[in-house]
Amino acid sequence: MSDQHNMRLSLKIWRQANSLSKGQMVDYELDGVSPDVSFLEMMDQLNDKLIKEGKDPVAFDHDCREGICGMCGVVINGQAHGPEKETTTCQLHMRKFKNGDTIVIEPFRAKPFPVLKDLMVNRSAFDEIIKAGGFITVSTGQAPDAHTLLVPKGDAELSMDAAQCIGCGACVASCKNASAMLFTSAKISHLGLLPQGQAEAKTRVLSMVEKMDELGFGNCTNEAECEANCPKNISISNIARMNRQYLCSAATHPTM
Amino acid sequence: MSYLLKYVKTSIVKKQLMAASGLLLCGFLLTHMAGNFLIYFGPEFFNTYSHKLISNPFIYIAEAILVLIFLSHICLAIKVTLENRAARPEPYYVSVHSGRGATLSSSTMPITGFIILTFLIWHVVSLKYGPHYEATYNGVVMRDLHKLVIEYFQIEWHVGLYILAMAAAGMHAFHGFWSAFQSLGVNHPKYNCCIRFVSKAFGVFVALGYSAFPIYCYLQGGN
Repeated sequence: MSDQHNMRLSLKIWRQANSLSKGQMVDYELDGVSPDVSFLEMMDQLNDKLIKEGKDPVAFDHDCREGICGMCGVVINGQAHGPEKETTTCQLHMRKFKNGDTIVIEPFRAKPFPVLKDLMVNRSAFDEIIKAGGFITVSTGQAPDAHTLLVPKGDAELSMDAAQCIGCGACVASCKNASAMLFTSAKISHLGLLPQGQAEAKTRVLSMVEKMDELGFGNCTNEAECEANCPKNISISNIARMNRQYLCSAATHPTM
Repeated sequence: MSYLLKYVKTSIVKKQLMAASGLLLCGFLLTHMAGNFLIYFGPEFFNTYSHKLISNPFIYIAEAILVLIFLSHICLAIKVTLENRAARPEPYYVSVHSGRGATLSSSTMPITGFIILTFLIWHVVSLKYGPHYEATYNGVVMRDLHKLVIEYFQIEWHVGLYILAMAAAGMHAFHGFWSAFQSLGVNHPKYNCCIRFVSKAFGVFVALGYSAFPIYCYLQGGN
């Protein structure tokens, strides 16, 4: 594409040296951004420029850049992963912005997600929730024959919908209460809807919710901003499923 | 007891208790509106109904339960809101809604809740514990609440504030009614649109239905 299509952007980016220091918004001007590049490639371009100028490049999380790993994620102009529906930050393209735009880039913010540096956020809290119950016990030894366990089609579909969650944290970032209920409920539904997940079904929902609360995430107020900003369109019907399973498990669990 | 308390403290059960108390309060809004509705049938009808209601000894138990429901809803709301604030200590520089999730009603729940609480105190103090007039029907002396409300709503700002508070109550229920079902785990594609519709309709009905009373009373002024 010819240079005349290239954009000039004003960027306002959160800079923070480490998790203990106080951060601030810093303004940058970036010229010659092709509308064909992805958002993260634009960030790369900015960092190249900063390195050449002998300045500290902006740290941000990224890995596969294919929209499937869940590693990337920043808040762009007030929305987690930017303005596009069902799109991760890495899959967002600069053609969605206009020449001369001001773009505000901030890290995902929540008490359990401390900023490590600039836009890099520690999302280990999600790993803690998974460790609390996001697993199944399996029999070791010979692999079972296919179709040994019958799964109703509808359950399989709902489970796979929930399993699409890539754990990026956009739900927490976009929730005004920094609640992790969409993530937690997706993991609970993903396993709890299948016969393989039945053995720990009650323990799982009780333990994962307990861990989620302990980590300091907020409470859900059913605004559905999480669903709206989720790059995988995870439904809040998973939260309702978790709510009723929690009530049921709390009332009937034999030991917890 | 500590066993139960452990669950009550969790994010999910707190929301479920708010949902259950919220739905009961929706029921109260309807019954209170039905009672108020009798004002359209004239002073004797309205006063006889209210006399029957307040002279029944069970009213004290009913009132105590109602206060308990209100208090639990309010206390949990304060606790949940404070926890939610604490979950994001550093605010965003820019924060916008996607337009696909939050509504004006859902994002102002603590504000509308606070307006309703303030109104509630004013409402109880100025009407329930307000001036005492008496009327006699068929030899029975009773409180003339009809005269009280008509007189009360002759003052324009009383009417204005009442309508404002009822708009807040309607907005609160607009999101709250649906939200309660979601918190209790009632969510299915078969009936989700029905619950959403009933929730919105209920909110509008509460706002309009209650707002009609002060306007009616104000218009009665000359008589």
